[in-house]
Amino acid sequence: MKRNTLLQAALLTCGLSLSAASVAGGASGAMLAYTCAGCHGTNGVSTGPAGPSIAGFDYDYLVDSMHQFKAGERRSTIMTRIAKGYTDADIEAMSKFFADQKYILAAQEYDKAAAKRGGKLHKKYCNNCHEDAGTLQDPDEDTGMLGGQWRPYLSYTFADYQAGEREMGKKMKKKFKSMHKKAGDKGIADLLEFYASQK
Amino acid sequence: MNDFTRRKFLKAGVAVTAAGATLSYGSFAIGGSNKKVVIVGGGIGGATAAKYIRMMDSSVDVTLIEANKSYYTCFLSNEVLSGERTLDSIKFGYSGLAKHGVKVVNDVVTGIDADKRMVKTAGGDSFSYDRCIVAPGVDFKWEAIDGYDAKIAENTPHAWKAGTQTATLRKQLKAMKDGGTFVMVPPTNPFRCPPGPYERVAQIAHYFKHNKPKSSIIILDPKKKFSKFGLFNAGWARHYGYDPKNPTAAGMIKWVNSEAGGIVDSYDAATKTVSADAGNFKGDVVNIIPPQKAGKIAFIAGLTNDKGWCPINGKTFESTIHKNIHVVGDSCVAAPMPKSGYAANSEAKVCAAAVVALLQGGSAPTPAYVNTCYSIIAPGDAISVAMVYSYDESAGKIIKVKGSGGLTPGKFDAVLREREHQYTYSWFNNITSDTFN
Ligand SMILES: Cc1cc2nc3c(=O)[nH]c(=O)nc-3n(C[C@H](O)[C@H](O)[C@H](O)COP(=O)(O)OP(=O)(O)OC[C@H]3O[C@@H](n4cnc5c(N)ncnc54)[C@H](O)[C@@H]3O)c2cc1C
Ligand code: HEC
Ligand code: HEC
Repeated sequence: MKRNTLLQAALLTCGLSLSAASVAGGASGAMLAYTCAGCHGTNGVSTGPAGPSIAGFDYDYLVDSMHQFKAGERRSTIMTRIAKGYTDADIEAMSKFFADQKYILAAQEYDKAAAKRGGKLHKKYCNNCHEDAGTLQDPDEDTGMLGGQWRPYLSYTFADYQAGEREMGKKMKKKFKSMHKKAGDKGIADLLEFYASQK
Repeated sequence: MNDFTRRKFLKAGVAVTAAGATLSYGSFAIGGSNKKVVIVGGGIGGATAAKYIRMMDSSVDVTLIEANKSYYTCFLSNEVLSGERTLDSIKFGYSGLAKHGVKVVNDVVTGIDADKRMVKTAGGDSFSYDRCIVAPGVDFKWEAIDGYDAKIAENTPHAWKAGTQTATLRKQLKAMKDGGTFVMVPPTNPFRCPPGPYERVAQIAHYFKHNKPKSSIIILDPKKKFSKFGLFNAGWARHYGYDPKNPTAAGMIKWVNSEAGGIVDSYDAATKTVSADAGNFKGDVVNIIPPQKAGKIAFIAGLTNDKGWCPINGKTFESTIHKNIHVVGDSCVAAPMPKSGYAANSEAKVCAAAVVALLQGGSAPTPAYVNTCYSIIAPGDAISVAMVYSYDESAGKIIKVKGSGGLTPGKFDAVLREREHQYTYSWFNNITSDTFN
């Protein structure tokens, strides 16, 4: 009977994921992720206007970010206090959950001319690692999302990079410096408009 | 389908929940009638539970019964008092829940029969359930302050449930003359939103500073300390004129604590005079927030303990008094979690996962909980408290995760305080959307 086969299939998959959860021993990725929704939105899709979406992010980027927050290596208002509540296994489970969600670009207002200038800068200096305007997660790069991310969050992030409160990878640092040398702080403002313009 | 397959199938359903699938997983109720959940109260706790049960298992028939057509969040209602936002901006409807397949009924629940598993309403309807979730928020201990009752509160608002009273208090503050006195009486512990009264003081001081700078605020407090104590003290001092070392001295804000005579025993509505140990205080605008207890229906249903709150199992939020009835939000005893919107939202999801698992014949999954409360002291100066919680199986208790959480650092950092202010608004949008949409 066709239906039965389907049911058996469901049984198999479910059985597997159950054992995966019990090996970890703690709360499931979904259960942990529910607690983030009050600030990051249901399933990690933030309704803004400032806090970042985390749905559909690269798994390794999420795990790294949580560890950086937990260790206090990355400037934060609140994430360090939150991240300290979780074990490595918790962090892996919640990261898997968010990596499996769909990234949804936030609709934001933007300045057309500035976005156009920003697009050129992005293409020249950033797109190698942040593909598709920074909306694609290249599994080799673990980069976080730029296009369609909430602008205030990104602008705080740029400020932290510039102040040395968050570390850039060597290669990004080089490109970022070149970009800044050429376009200055206005270049950053233009990049922010470009990322906000992505839909 | 034969019984054997069906049983296995149901078991599979349990596994899905335990492993934490969140998206609708289709109908599990093959061959049988759907399981019924009735939710009493569509505030933060009730609405979140309704939405998440439907997200976890769309075969469950969820009915949410709420007394009001729309919901006004208490959070950010202090900004309505200062004129920073409109009452409309904190108003939410129930059409979002309907989209998740929740049946929303606009009625007042008047009784819950735990034996017959039946909820009754003022409108004369009955709703049967397999499991019931009760989330009625708080009620007030009107007997605590002589001369202050529900009727008087219409003109001397508590504004501790947002809506009409928020509008009344705003109107009174607007009408008050420059040089007037605002008297606030915060409640004894435990109460809804521990930092709430003190954020309210900051917001009203912000309004006075820019509109009625000769006015003053007197807080008659039955407590010796309060939530985010150091941060509020420093914040009031930084922006509004307040001396933490001599809190009853001159300055826009004067805080009279229990030791300084802040305990209030009566109120004379005719002269707007509050009578406390330290003497009589006449206000131009008075805001009395009475001590609190679980929502009325929790008492009617026999869900409360001798302190007036609902004891629950922290893993399932099932009442320890009545089986198959769960209580979430302000009404339940979830300590060390505070009575806050973030906590109610977090508790509701743990409860939803447990209810779905139990309805499917399984056992409740391992919980995870978080609380956060933001308070806006002034533009560009917001603070927060956060905590991660887990469930201690051996002690049968919700516990704080050691090393997690805590307060915004006391050392003033203008950059981060400004970010916290912006993130407060993001939190507001996300939690209301997570709850109602
Ligand atoms: C000024 C103020 C500021 C606050 N700020 C924050 C903040 O910044 N962050 C935060 O996390 N929390 C904050 N809170 C606390 C937060 O609002 C509450 O903790 C939260 O609303 C509790 O949710 P609940 O579901 O238990 O109750 P509620 O949200 O009050 O919902 C209860 C619902 O049940 C309905 N109801 C009750 N009885 C019945 C019945 N018999 N039949 C039908 N319906 C019924 C009511 O109409 C209501 O809609 C604040 C509170 C105040 C007063
Ligand atoms: C109280 C609100 C709050 C809660 C709860 C919260 N976050 Fe955050 N999160 C923030 C804020 C604000 C930031 C920006 C950094 C900062 O200032 O702390 C952030 C940043 C992040 C980032 C970095 C995003 C990027 O693009 O690099 C990740 C990842 C993240 N949070 C994951 C989580 C996870 C997982 C949880 C749940 C376990 C969680 N957060 C709970 C508020 C919150
Ligand atoms: C060599 C690859 C590379 C290049 C080139 C690069 N980046 Fe990155 N970027 C990364 C990686 C890897 C991360 C994540 C590292 C981390 O944790 O900080 C990142 C992170 C970011 C973030 C933080 C995202 C978040 O969610 O918090 C921003 C913003 C950013 N990059 C902007 C830029 C801009 C603008 C440029 C061009 C000027 C650029 N990057 C060029 C690799 C690169």
